[in-house]
Amino acid sequence: MQAKRSMFYLRTVFASLMRRRSRLLVALLSITIGATILSGLVTIFYDIPRQMGQEFRSYGANMVLLPKGESGTISPEQLEAVRAILPTDDVIGVAPYRYDTIAINDLPFIIAGTDFAGAQAASPFWGITGEWPSGRNQALIGREIANTFRLEPGESVVVSGTNSEGEPFEKTFSVAGIVQTGGQEETFVFISIDDYGAVVGGEVAFDIVEMSVTSSGAGLEELVTAIGQETEGVTAQLVRRVTQSEDTVLSKLQSLVYLVTIVVLMLTMICVATTMMAVVAERRREIGLRKALGATNGSVVLNFLGECLAMGFVGGALGSLLGFGLAQLVSLQVFNRTIDFPLAIVPLTIFSSLVITTLACLLPVRNATKIDPAIVLKGE
Amino acid sequence: MPQMLLELKEITKSYGALDALKDVSFDVEQGEWLAIMGPSGSGKTTMMNIIGCMDKPSQGTVLLDGRDISQESARSLTTIRRDSIGLIFQQFHLINYLTAVENVMVAQYYHSLPDEAEALDALKRVGLEERARHLPNQLSGGEQQRVCIARALINRPQLILADEPTGNLDEANELKVLELLRELHQEGRTVIVVTHDPEVAQQARRTIVLEHGRVHEIRDNALAHQA
Repeated sequence: MQAKRSMFYLRTVFASLMRRRSRLLVALLSITIGATILSGLVTIFYDIPRQMGQEFRSYGANMVLLPKGESGTISPEQLEAVRAILPTDDVIGVAPYRYDTIAINDLPFIIAGTDFAGAQAASPFWGITGEWPSGRNQALIGREIANTFRLEPGESVVVSGTNSEGEPFEKTFSVAGIVQTGGQEETFVFISIDDYGAVVGGEVAFDIVEMSVTSSGAGLEELVTAIGQETEGVTAQLVRRVTQSEDTVLSKLQSLVYLVTIVVLMLTMICVATTMMAVVAERRREIGLRKALGATNGSVVLNFLGECLAMGFVGGALGSLLGFGLAQLVSLQVFNRTIDFPLAIVPLTIFSSLVITTLACLLPVRNATKIDPAIVLKGE
Repeated sequence: MPQMLLELKEITKSYGALDALKDVSFDVEQGEWLAIMGPSGSGKTTMMNIIGCMDKPSQGTVLLDGRDISQESARSLTTIRRDSIGLIFQQFHLINYLTAVENVMVAQYYHSLPDEAEALDALKRVGLEERARHLPNQLSGGEQQRVCIARALINRPQLILADEPTGNLDEANELKVLELLRELHQEGRTVIVVTHDPEVAQQARRTIVLEHGRVHEIRDNALAHQA
């Protein structure tokens, strides 16, 4: 019995939507656009930390590993243990450094043994004149050293010092490139770990390891804690000036997206409400007739609400798909990266559209219940 | 003693200082065909709204099948209208996005249960079985009015209340509609037709003539028919 009534109710709602398409197209379009922007912005909102995290990595390392305890250095095994803790995809670059003091023309400087590939990945902001060293006996020298000794890429530099055995050494390196950072690196001579071992000697170990990791905020704090707890003899620290800037920028960006989303939803609601007001005004006689035929206010509300919810559902479903397209477009244009389709966005967008359209329909539907059949059905 | 379906006792309807109806009293017998006539502004529409349970009088009593409906709430009036009255309008008032049969079923939906077969029978009765799946804008004025009649009779109401049912029709369609009303009357239904057309009013057994909100004259058309 009730099924027959429900079927007829759905039949009339469907007929109203399908046979009055042009009338409701504006409302549907508003809902779809609103849902598209909602879905797109929410997708971007949740993807911003990942996207921006990668962008921020051009600012350099955001985590450093320091030795803890008596050894005073970090061994390659300890570094591997740390790397095992970090998600592989999150690690952008790992730059281990071993330092010692050397002299060039009797002036003291610091020599640093490093992994050039790791240093390049962890510090992409370094300005290099010439090339990164690609083989043995090549060095990257700081701008200050180059200026002091008027060295250019392709020329040679002779470094001298005392090795780990206490014996003096003198070694000539070819200058592959000159590094400019605006920091203390400009007074360093960088050579490969292998050359460092051959010249300075001693066991392979590092004084400090700079790491560039895509996580930010709480995620990064968790990794730091995990490294400290799970790795013997190593402590991790955040590079605060980098991580705090990241957190601030991310937080502001997310607030902006949040604000824009609210504004768009409000505009959608106003647009749908305006359209539905026009629809109610246009259908005054129909509403009056329904009431004359015995419709209660509840039935009239149900009728309009059914149409609103159907539009909300269709608009939400379309919007969630178009929104992903929008997010993908923005991601490709701004970050030059694709994003994965978050399935949860579909029910979220549909639910939001249903809530927005229901709220938008409340005032027009309330007006519909006030229609007096005696007035609107009056003959000429 | 004939059984009264409708009894109006000293009905007054005021809008501010203006009396649209003033001390109007008359009865309608069960199964009677009554016409309410009068020029524009005579109070015909107000009368129709009160009889059709779409408005309440300011003073006086309206008894429908013995029940005083003059003080009922709007919700009760909706129920009474749904259960007891079939409305026919001059402008048909069909829902433009529903087919003829769906328009008839709307009345069933609010009354009891929508039944397509029964709605098709009603359309067959008014000669529109073939046009059941057409939208109102695909039907002529006469056909639309017949759909309106099918919708009015689908719930077997005690009273059929028609407001200028032939006002928008050509002569051929006017005759068809009057024939349908005559059939309904012959089946024993009470029919009240509000009209300004003397030809239409002449079809009824009695005619109440309103003027300036008062009953100006009650004509017994049966005598005229006999003559």
